[in-house]
Amino acid sequence: MALPIAAAAPRTSLLQTREALRRAMSEEMRRDPTVFLMGEEVAYYDGAYKVSQGMLHEFGPERVIDTPIAENGFSGLAIGAAMAGLRPIVEFMTWNFSLVAFDQIINNAAKIYQMTAGAYHVPIVFRGPNGAAEALGSQHSMAFESIYAHFPGLKVVSVGTPKDAYGLLKSAIRDNDPVMFMESEMLYGMKGEVPDEEFLIPIGKADLKRDGTDCTLVTWNKQIHTCLAAAEQLEKEGISCQVLDLRTIRPLDEQALFDAVCKTHRMVVVQEGYTFAGVGAEIAARVTEACFDQLDAPILRITNKDLNQPYNPTLEKMVLPSVDRVKDAVKLVCSRGKGA
Amino acid sequence: MTPEPLERMRQMVRIRRFEERCAELYSQTKIRGFLHLYIGEEAVGVGVMGALTDDDQIVATYREHGHALARGVDAGALMAEMFGRSNGCARGRGGSMHIADVSRRFWGGFAIVGGGLPIAVGLALADKTLGRAGVTACFFGDGATEEGAYHEALNLASLWKLPVLFVCENNQYAMGTALSAHAADTELTHEPRAHGIVAERVDGMDVVAVEQAATRALEAIRRGDGPRFLEFMTYRFRAHSMYDADKYRDKTEIARWKARDPLALYAEYLLAEGLAARADLDAIDAAAMAEVDAAVAFAEQGGLEPIEDLTKDVYTHDVSARGAP
Repeated sequence: MALPIAAAAPRTSLLQTREALRRAMSEEMRRDPTVFLMGEEVAYYDGAYKVSQGMLHEFGPERVIDTPIAENGFSGLAIGAAMAGLRPIVEFMTWNFSLVAFDQIINNAAKIYQMTAGAYHVPIVFRGPNGAAEALGSQHSMAFESIYAHFPGLKVVSVGTPKDAYGLLKSAIRDNDPVMFMESEMLYGMKGEVPDEEFLIPIGKADLKRDGTDCTLVTWNKQIHTCLAAAEQLEKEGISCQVLDLRTIRPLDEQALFDAVCKTHRMVVVQEGYTFAGVGAEIAARVTEACFDQLDAPILRITNKDLNQPYNPTLEKMVLPSVDRVKDAVKLVCSRGKGA
Repeated sequence: MTPEPLERMRQMVRIRRFEERCAELYSQTKIRGFLHLYIGEEAVGVGVMGALTDDDQIVATYREHGHALARGVDAGALMAEMFGRSNGCARGRGGSMHIADVSRRFWGGFAIVGGGLPIAVGLALADKTLGRAGVTACFFGDGATEEGAYHEALNLASLWKLPVLFVCENNQYAMGTALSAHAADTELTHEPRAHGIVAERVDGMDVVAVEQAATRALEAIRRGDGPRFLEFMTYRFRAHSMYDADKYRDKTEIARWKARDPLALYAEYLLAEGLAARADLDAIDAAAMAEVDAAVAFAEQGGLEPIEDLTKDVYTHDVSARGAP
């Protein structure tokens, strides 16, 4: 009797996040000649964080384009190019520099499709590192998800693993709307398994990174790893947490949030960025509006402290979400309300 | 491409009559919001458009009805857009400040001063990259020349030798602030030259001079010389917008410019050169009035976009089927 042949496990490779991003861009550029990369230091310098390393060599200076330090100018230029048939990927050396391009992103990229009743669309990706790295002080440490998610017309993706970075960047490049694609300087060197066979991850779908029963930690980007570490420690203390990685902030995967709260009845949102009018506030409002009866306790938020990033290493750590802050919030939310 | 002499007159008269009617319709609240009239500046739009081809792209500002008409955007669709009706060129989504028509490669609606300049450079990059022949003509006022986006766009276009015709409509005022009060250097050709762009100042009230300058500049751009810059000296005869009491301009200054009305100047030229008879000019005027009447009737016929469509076209859904403009 012939034994059934086990399905071969998909072949994977251990990639750094920067390599996964590069693979995604390079594949899309081979597939579609209208895709190109532009930004500060992306070509001859090989990328400030080496995401685009080697791409100039493969694609040449017409498709991997170094720009002057003129974010408003080159962002607007890329939006115009997108309106007229190209598919630009614009790298911001950090999302902090996107503030200089805010007028072009909001008044043009986000609005042109609606303003022209669908005559022009803007298939463009703005991407780069987002959130705090280390010791970069006040003007290089902000997280921008809530800022850009505020505006209809934009999509906002924020990734925390090499596999998600690859699959979502490919979807972002193929998307016909402007996508704000947020990475993390702290994760560029982080390695993870990525299937060798090409795949896409749809924009707008959250991913359960860890299963659990007592409380849901909602997070994205590098705070996934803070939450996973906290959940691991809490498990040993008898509290079972699931970690829901949103991956996309806008459009928000409401169903995944509602399903999670129906299961655990308790929720903590862990995000970088300021508390006031942050993504966590939006999630808490939407989940409460839709699932009030399912909640056993109020949703809590762990965010950056409501102040700008200090350089002093002790204070710097205190501003950001941490394993201890997350654990304390989970314990608090589990001690309150029904069934506590 | 040079239009026949009467065509320039026809285009300028169409714009003048259309906008005079717009002012009336505004006081009847048929047109709402901000309304910025181009009256007095017609020779610039008409002269430049006369030198362009169908392959070229146009970026203009919130004062763009004249550019749209001269480019061949249908007067009815334009009027309907200003009425906010669904038969408007942007289904009533845009209004006076956001006129677009892909079929004419016309995007007029950049209502943030200077915001259209980087876009124009990008449209030109796309044409160059995709091997299309077009030049992008980018219109803006003297007020835009102090914006950072202006300098960034000039530098990028010059650095990458992109096919852009920068058209500065120097009407002497950034809203209510005179050029001498907003520009440290009032010679507006200096800054483009500093960015390595050949720049020329031209009489913007003389439609032939405008067209000839644009033709020369376009020849150089089409040769691959990179962008060119033209500064047209012009003047708006009306206030900045319908809300503006126009208290910052001296009456004698307005009278001096009105004495050089581009329509009157060109009519005199046509008559003096024997290129037109008075009856020809009267016929042009009558045809323009009839076109405006028809445009208003078309706009009146249009409905408002239905409430069910409110959330349509915020994000693309079926855009892949349509392809790029």
